[in-house]
Amino acid sequence: MRYLPLTDADRRQMLAAIGAPGIDALYADVPAIAQLDGPIAGLPLHQGEMAVEAHLGALAGRNLQAGSAPFFIGAGAYRHHVPASVDHLIQRSEFLTTYTPYQPEIAQGTLQALFEFQTQVALLTGMEVANASMYDGSTATAEAALMAARVTRRRKAVLSGGVHPHYAETVRTMCEAGGLEIVVLPPAIDEEHGVAAHLDADVACVIVQSPNVFGTVSDLAPTAAAAHASGALCVAVFTEAVAFGLVTPPGAMGADIVAGEGQSIGNGLNFGGPYVGLFACREQFVRQMPGRLAGETTDADGRRGFVLTLSTREQHIRREKATSNICTNSGLCSLAFSIHMTLLGEAGLRRLAVLNHERACDLADALCAIPGVRLATPRFFNEFTLQVKRPAKEVLACLTAKGVLGGVEYSRLAPAAGRDDLLIVAATERNTQEDINAYATALREVMA
Amino acid sequence: MRRFTKEHEWVDVEGDVATVGITAYAAEQLGDIVYVDLPKVGSAVTQMGPMAVVESVKAASDVYAPLTGEIVAANESLSSAPEKVNETPEGEAWFAKIKLKAVGELDALMDADAYNAFLKTL
Amino acid sequence: MNRVGRPTRPVVAEAQPLAATTSGSRGLLQAEALVFEIGDPERCGVDLPQPSGRAHRLGGLERTAPIGLAGLSEPETMRHYVRLSQRNYAIDLGLFPLGSCTMKHNPRLNEKMARLAGIADIHPLQPVETVQGALALMDELAHWLITLTGMQAVALTPKAGAHGELCGMLAIRRALIARGEVAVRRRVLVPESAHGTNPATAAQCGFTVDEIKAAPDGRVDLEDLKTKLGPDVAGIMLTNPNTCGLFERDIREIADLVHAAGGYFYCDGANYNAIVARVRPGDLGIDAMHINLHKTFSTPHGGGGPGAGPTVFSQALAPFAPIPYVVRDADAFVLVEHDETGQAFGRMCAFHGQMGMYVRALAYMLSHGADGLRQAAEDAVLNANYVLAGLSDVMTPAFPGFCMHEALFSDAFLDGRGLSTLDIAKGMIDEGYHPMTMYFPLVVKGAMLIEPTETESKAELDRFIEVMRALASRATGPQGGELKASPHFAPVRRLDETKAARRPVLRWTPPDPVRAAAE
Repeated sequence: MRYLPLTDADRRQMLAAIGAPGIDALYADVPAIAQLDGPIAGLPLHQGEMAVEAHLGALAGRNLQAGSAPFFIGAGAYRHHVPASVDHLIQRSEFLTTYTPYQPEIAQGTLQALFEFQTQVALLTGMEVANASMYDGSTATAEAALMAARVTRRRKAVLSGGVHPHYAETVRTMCEAGGLEIVVLPPAIDEEHGVAAHLDADVACVIVQSPNVFGTVSDLAPTAAAAHASGALCVAVFTEAVAFGLVTPPGAMGADIVAGEGQSIGNGLNFGGPYVGLFACREQFVRQMPGRLAGETTDADGRRGFVLTLSTREQHIRREKATSNICTNSGLCSLAFSIHMTLLGEAGLRRLAVLNHERACDLADALCAIPGVRLATPRFFNEFTLQVKRPAKEVLACLTAKGVLGGVEYSRLAPAAGRDDLLIVAATERNTQEDINAYATALREVMA
Repeated sequence: MRRFTKEHEWVDVEGDVATVGITAYAAEQLGDIVYVDLPKVGSAVTQMGPMAVVESVKAASDVYAPLTGEIVAANESLSSAPEKVNETPEGEAWFAKIKLKAVGELDALMDADAYNAFLKTL
Repeated sequence: MNRVGRPTRPVVAEAQPLAATTSGSRGLLQAEALVFEIGDPERCGVDLPQPSGRAHRLGGLERTAPIGLAGLSEPETMRHYVRLSQRNYAIDLGLFPLGSCTMKHNPRLNEKMARLAGIADIHPLQPVETVQGALALMDELAHWLITLTGMQAVALTPKAGAHGELCGMLAIRRALIARGEVAVRRRVLVPESAHGTNPATAAQCGFTVDEIKAAPDGRVDLEDLKTKLGPDVAGIMLTNPNTCGLFERDIREIADLVHAAGGYFYCDGANYNAIVARVRPGDLGIDAMHINLHKTFSTPHGGGGPGAGPTVFSQALAPFAPIPYVVRDADAFVLVEHDETGQAFGRMCAFHGQMGMYVRALAYMLSHGADGLRQAAEDAVLNANYVLAGLSDVMTPAFPGFCMHEALFSDAFLDGRGLSTLDIAKGMIDEGYHPMTMYFPLVVKGAMLIEPTETESKAELDRFIEVMRALASRATGPQGGELKASPHFAPVRRLDETKAARRPVLRWTPPDPVRAAAE
């Protein structure tokens, strides 16, 4: 077996050295009833690289690769171009095959990269501090609700109807068990401020999303002001991080906690994961933050260095009183984010964002010229919602049959909402004019 | 007269107001103190109920209220300079002042001799 | 013709060794500032087309103020991150005996498979007929996990071990709701030796945590367990093999006791790598267990994730597993994204979990096969015992007898020397090793938890044992104090964690221009 260095001779010598008659002696504490005397039935035996590659290659071959068709799916994951150097760098052994930086003297690479990542996330979101990442945007949102409850000592979170339905479900699952009341408002394309009507003395936070699941960008300042007036926090969520190269960030609109998905920068689609949750907040709340934090300090010689800090918030010290149970986060994905962000810089990010917006505007113009298709999103970044005269699910199936991956029907995300006329469509810098023409032609045929 | 608890808090009572901090022994045991989570002025505390949290790099410990009452002052200077707790734990680095509800509770606490004897048993 | 040669033999220098360099670099170790200090907002390492300049549709929400992000060209970016990388220890560099973390080899085949376009470049919300291969892959992974563990069902979506714990405990909570007992069964029993994630998870699920004592042999104290069981107990969270590196030999009795009291048995599968393909948790009376794909099945740790924590369930809990999940229809795979039975406890994350990790783990399973996985577990246990035996006379084993996949020592051998576990750890760094896990589990004083994994050869272990013996000997000898200044040869010396925590600096901020001018 190519991954195992010990030879049978080694094993015999080692067993002799430790004074064990055989390997079974080391498993003597296992109850006899649970001892298996041979390989488990129903599973194949070991195989070489060629066989494994052939098997998995065949499975991969049964999927329609996004890049092989005009592709316009978003709704929480976006197909952007990732520079080749990003993937090369994250595959370096020193990043790929190392652990959480618990021993800072031999982990300064990871720690400095995290410190830079935290700074980039804080700048992007317009917030004061950011942590070293969460699993993804949805779990980051749930953690934001839990954090708001700790800060305010209140027990209710109100989510707008523009929050991604999967995020809302995740928040409900991760928070209700701990005693939070989760109120999710009915789907609404342009009513982020609707949460303000539900503020009361029990509300720990309102959770609003911009751009929201329908693509709508909103001014969150009035909502944040209303929340603050009621003693609640304003949590701002996003799924498309590239947006903040062009759109006013939540930090500039009064958000107290920002939680979102960072996949768009540096990370591929990967059928849903691994992604990278971004989490930022005002500095005054930092001790209620979940997750790891890298901080600057000096070494015994006075040189600058970095360590994990404020660890007393975390499970390995605070146990049942920890701010979260999170341990492993999305280290390598956050590195990919950070490298891509470094390659872009401010000018590149701004240009990338403008390109995305322009592609989406071009696409919206082309599609809304088709009879039976209406643009339902008033203001958008790179994603918008179409209201279609046929069930959106049918429209998508017809588009798929014509070789166009045309978006996501809202009813797939929230079947109970009874909105089968909404189609969520995203465009990125990867979409060409030919892609847009192909979509428009196909949709015109489908709607005819 | 200064009194002590088994959880290593000290308390000075003047009239019906008690000044509370942690003992030199506690500060020494905790090591470098990096953060103090102080109680809010106006909040109610009960004898031996949690009142504050004191943190070193690798540990967080509850600080208990030696006596029942209402917090009337918190030593905000510790927020920006937690190291004071290591430097002058039983002086300048007091944590909070409590307006007492029942002065009689004081009797349950140890005097300096009793506390020192208690430390020897640890 | 130039007849002047250059020196071809080292000159024995009379000068003192160089204390500092002008550049701050030290040979191959290049000094590297923060990207914000070397970059520029206008510099860019990506060529993008010129925008058309058409009117925006943002309703006036354009970001106008400078963002403050710094950019680098591609070559500068390469150097920045390569220089940073050289300050990291890694499995590919050397033995990484971090107990409980399972730092085993990460095969590169797995990386290659995860990057197949048909896997890396598919969207989680593509029409299901276009992702049948992905669903088949998830189904195959599920089959492996269920078969290996002897359990009934698996929830693939949890994104890490702690997330898997949450998944298991939420399923238990949902089962209690179904029984009408959730208001009564509020208490979860957790051994004092448990990972911090266990009590944190129980608390996040709304349970109160009650600690069970460890017996002198490092296992659960059965008598203490019995006194703590009762009609208000929701269940137990137990790691097996446990955090002391020992198999809980009374596990069947523990399961029976907990079940008899009406509770469920959650097993923390962090140490499953010691028994994979040799012992089936399903035969031990377990109701739920998460599996860290990044431990047992070698997906890379990546400096702190991403991980994956699929959670297997017994018959009792299987109906409550979260959405989404894959089922096999007559001729296709179906993705169930919404709860149709009303029993699922909810949703763990936005999409279908860590597909990228599923592929890597499956590639590892297929490579090893059922036979190779068993051999890997046995080699991991053998390697740990070989280290334990090699160090028993110079360090202090925490418990007598054989261990499982990790060897645990206390700091008793350092008593009276003025040295601590931390000093041994930092001494290991100078010797070219990553330190073991230190000060965990909490039940052993100054704990040193060494997990060599099956990745190490006998020769490598012999060298490691020799070094550890030398360190123990130095620590207990007259020059022991020198260890207090370790590490000497790392990129930085010991760091001031007190300073970092007292005055947290969690991000770069531009230098104050007024102060800069004054300086």
